[in-house]
Formats: sequence, C-alpha cells, structure tokens
Amino acid sequence: MSEDKKGMFGAQGTGDTSGYGGLVRSAASTGSTERPYGGYFDQVADDLERAYPDFADAIERVVVDRGELTLHIKRERLVEVALILRDKLKFEMSMGVSGVHYPEDTNRELHAVYHLLSITNNQRIRLEVSVADTDPHIPSLVEVWGGSNWNERETFDMFGIVFDGHPGLTRILMPDDWQGHPQRKDYALGGIGVEYKGAVTPPPSDRRTYK
Amino acid sequence: MSTYADPYASSRETTEGTVFSVTGGDWDSLVTEIGQAKEERVVVNMGPQHPSTHGVLRLVLELEGETVTEVRCGIGYLHTGIEKNIEFRNWTQATTFVTRMDYLAPLFNEAAYCLGVEKLLGITNDVPEKASVIRVMMMEFNRISSHMVALGTGALELGALSPMIFCFREREKVLDIFEFISGLRMNMAYIRPGGVAQDLPAGAVDKILATVKDLRHSFKDNEKLLVGNSIWMKRTEGIGYLDLAGATTLGVTGPVIRATGLPLDLRKIQPYSGYENYKFDVVTADTCDVYGRFLIRINELEQSLRIIEQCAEKLKSLEGAPVMVADKKIAWPAQLAIGADGMGNSLNHIREIMGTSMESLIHHFKLVTEGFRVPAGQVYSAVESPRGELGAHVVSDGGTRPYRVHFREPSFNNLQSTSAMCEGSMVADIIGAVASIDPVMGGVDR
Repeated sequence: MSEDKKGMFGAQGTGDTSGYGGLVRSAASTGSTERPYGGYFDQVADDLERAYPDFADAIERVVVDRGELTLHIKRERLVEVALILRDKLKFEMSMGVSGVHYPEDTNRELHAVYHLLSITNNQRIRLEVSVADTDPHIPSLVEVWGGSNWNERETFDMFGIVFDGHPGLTRILMPDDWQGHPQRKDYALGGIGVEYKGAVTPPPSDRRTYK
Repeated sequence: MSTYADPYASSRETTEGTVFSVTGGDWDSLVTEIGQAKEERVVVNMGPQHPSTHGVLRLVLELEGETVTEVRCGIGYLHTGIEKNIEFRNWTQATTFVTRMDYLAPLFNEAAYCLGVEKLLGITNDVPEKASVIRVMMMEFNRISSHMVALGTGALELGALSPMIFCFREREKVLDIFEFISGLRMNMAYIRPGGVAQDLPAGAVDKILATVKDLRHSFKDNEKLLVGNSIWMKRTEGIGYLDLAGATTLGVTGPVIRATGLPLDLRKIQPYSGYENYKFDVVTADTCDVYGRFLIRINELEQSLRIIEQCAEKLKSLEGAPVMVADKKIAWPAQLAIGADGMGNSLNHIREIMGTSMESLIHHFKLVTEGFRVPAGQVYSAVESPRGELGAHVVSDGGTRPYRVHFREPSFNNLQSTSAMCEGSMVADIIGAVASIDPVMGGVDR
C-alpha cells in the first residue's frame, strides 16, 4: 500500500536534523577589523608594519574576533612574514597548523591556520592562509619552526594541502595507501552497514541524523 | 597456485590439496650477506606492539652496534577520527568524544574544548564560580593520576618494578574520587559547555581532603624509592638531552620544556578557569634530561595537592551554588544524580517534563536532540595538560554542530623531539627518553 521506504526512518530530504531549524544562517564576515584592535594587537600590528614594509601588500586582512587576532596572509609572503614574526617580534613557538575546508569559499576553499605563541611577550596571534582546491600549495614553514614538520604532514594527510619545501611530506595518521583526505567536507563520514536477522542498520553516512 | 618456488616452504600436491613444509630461515645466507656489507648497520623496528613504547608507537631505529644513528617515529596506529566524528554530533555530544583522545587526561581534553566553545558563545565570564573551582580541582586530580602513570610506567620500563605498584595504588585513589564525583573513573565527559555535568555529591569536600592527606603521605614512598637512587640516576641523568633552543623550535611544551629551566606554564602566564586565584609554584629543572623531567613530575604532585586544598576551601563556601550557566538556551536541562552504576536520572526533572509542563518537554527535547547554536567564528583555547599545551582550535559556522575542531596535542608535538633526544645515544636509553616525553598515543593519533 505504501511506497518503498529507504534509510532509517524513511525520511528523504525533509528530515532536517542539521540544527538550523529552517533559519537562514548568515555567512561569516569577510571584512577587515578597523583599528584600534584593542589589547596588545595594535602593538603587534605596528611592530610588524615597522619590521616588514610590505605589510599592506602581504596581509590581506586583519581580523580581531573574540579577543583573538588573525592575520590573513598571501601564501607567497608566508615564509617572509613568519621569519619576521619569529626573529623580530619574538614569536618563538608555532603551536601547529590546523586545516579548515570551506567548500563555499570559492577559489579559497582550503585554509591553513597557524597558531603562534610568543614566550617573551606572552602573546598569541594566528596566521591564516587560504588557497584554492585546484592549486592546494602553501610554502612549508619547517625551516622557520622545525616543529611544523609533523603538523604539516597531518594537514596534508587530512586536507590534501601540499606544503612546498617540506622535507618529507607523507601521510602521518592514515595508512600510506589511503585514498582521499578524510577531514575535507566532501569526504563522507563513512561506516559499514550491519545486518542482523534481516534488519539492516545503515552505515553512519546514510543515517538521517548524520546528514 | 603460484609457480614461484619458496626456498623456505617447499610444497607438494596431495589428494587434500597443496601441502607446504615450512622450514627455518637460511641463516648461513643471511650471515654471508651481512658480512659483505661495508659497515655494520642494522635497522631495527621497535613497536608498534612493544611493552616499552607507551602504546602503539613504532620506532624505526638505525643502529651502529649499540649506538643509535637515526630514529623515526611511525604513528597513526590509534587514529580514531575523533575530529571528523564530532563534526556530525552536536556541541555537547562532542565532549563525549574528545574526552577519549588523551585517555590519561580526559578532563583536560574536555576543559580545552569547553573553554573554546564558551569563548565562541561569549559566555566565558558567565560560567559560575563553583563550576570553575570544580573544574580546576578535577584537572589537578587528573594531573596527579596522569603523572602517576607517567612515573610508574616510566620506572617500570627502566626496570624498577616497585614504583609502578605504588603509583597505580595512588592513581586508584584519584580514580575513586572521579567515580565518586562524576560517576565514572575515566572518559567521564564531566566538563560540559557552560559548566559541569553534576554538582558535587554530599560529603565530597571531606572525602577530597581525606584523599589529599592520604596522597601526600603515600607520595613519599615513591620519592624514597627513586629520588637520589644511584641506579635510577645512572639510567636517567644526561639521557635524552633536549635544550631550550631545540624545545622551542620543535614546539615542545610541558615538563620537557620546563626541564630546560623555562617556567612555561599556561596556568601562570595565561590563566583560565580562575587559576590566577590559586597559590602554587611552577616547578622547573635545569638539567634538560630525563632525570630533570622526572623530578618535575614528582614535585608537581605537591603543587597539585596545594591547589586542590585551596579548591576544597572555596567549595566549602559555595555549598548549593549553581554549576551550570543560567542561560537556559545553553545549560543542560537538568542536573543528573549519580546512580549506583554511573549517571542516573533527575526524578524531579522527569516529573516536570512528563507530568506538568509541555513547554519544558519541548525545550528539553530540542536542546538534547538538536542542541544549541554557536555563533560563527573561530577561537583557540589552550590549557596546561600534564604533557604541555593542549590547544583546541574550534571553528563554528553558526550551527548546532562543530564545523571543525582541531586539537593541538602536546603528545603529538613532543613526540617529534624523539629523534633530537635519541640520535647518538645508546639503544637502551631510547626507552628512558620516550618515557620522559610521556606520550599518550590516543592523544597523538586522535
């Protein structure tokens, strides 16, 4: 009598459990924060401008949000700016690289985010580099902070961002012969369906609640 | 059937099928081959299943005699995809996942994550004081239990059996406290965005103070066994050397960088959860070696006990205070009771939603199944875990699920320094060096 049902509850398309509740979600702001930035951020920006005359050209935008400073940097300038930050502004430690995949951000789909810590001045800033999915190359910072080695390998493994100049860019968490980059948004959660006495529990990727 | 003839497994056809006769390896040919090599260079694969590698860590060692010339780490054997999985759960459910990363320090994982979510929500200052005090107390207890495993297994791996027995005895007392307060001994998902899951049970402060007294007394056993012990010092002094320059460039934090003399402790320099209100010292050493890291862990135990005592003092005056933010759009609908087998129900809350208020039921259902929305943006929140800086890079797109959460795991970064510490040393010293880094593979691989 009824039509065939698919999936766990037979819901196709309308079973919205994404949590947006039909509300329109406003896209994250792409604008720059205006000065004054507040806190030590003005000091950091001033020092960087003084030490690096090409500041206006290299830094695409400066964002201060929730008490944190983010410098969006063109990838060609990343190594130069990183060296200045390390040597002149005393950001001695890189706390690693974390990738984020924004499929809607056309031609800037892949973001690499670097968290820097200055022990001398007790400051933190964040660098963000965006590249296109079709040209996922970012210069490696292993020469600047040796500890970036594994972090860049992890970001390559998970997002497919190629860090040019890395001494050995291989997968680190996934098996060497793995296909795809798991943390990208177009990579399904995966899973295996289980059948028990004729009833089938679908793999997590196909369950309504995980769509 | 392959036509390839295996020299060590000759085969013959029978009515039952092919039968292979496996014989031993041909050692003569192997010895001849090695004899022809120009230098005596052996590559040894240590792990991933090895009793001294702290879990599934694989070390590829290149040896010249007893000297290690190259060390490479192979990791990823415990990769569980936690960061991917929590993108499909709501913000509260994610605590249940992150607590399982570094399984020796579950409360730190939860704290780093929840502080990040609270920062995104803009409620950092709205978290009740009692929740922060409980968080600090639980984290310090957790630091003790984690250091106990580090010291116990580290000593065991270097051949000292008794410290392990003592350390696990002490750890058990801490786990009892965890069970008493949260209902679970490990992976308790006790710290939640906005506060903690439950208030302290009756009589908790007295029990905490009794445990502190007991622990302070028992820690002496370990100190007597190891501090200044000549055999122990021979195995640890000058071993696994890593100086400040090496530690900073490699992003090493925690006891390893404090053993170079730098008092880098986020609880002091960038306090969170009210750490600025507690009196404690940052323990350092200046030896840059395994012994220094060992001493730091031993001495940090006392500092943690000091903080716990101050927490207990504060908790006495916070009887009945809230432990979850007042905002009902974020706070978990009910404070659950601790049952005999873990977390129980709140009967009052069930009576309310099932019997008296339809709106409460709707609210409960929406908040628990769908979760709360977190404004779009990204933050980085860091806590001082027993192994160093544990950071959470939390990104939200405005929905009820994390868009991306990346953990800056101290074990992951610290483990990179294995090569720097071990190359040029004896093969037996690798064990001590790795034990002093105290990597937890659940955290490294996530």
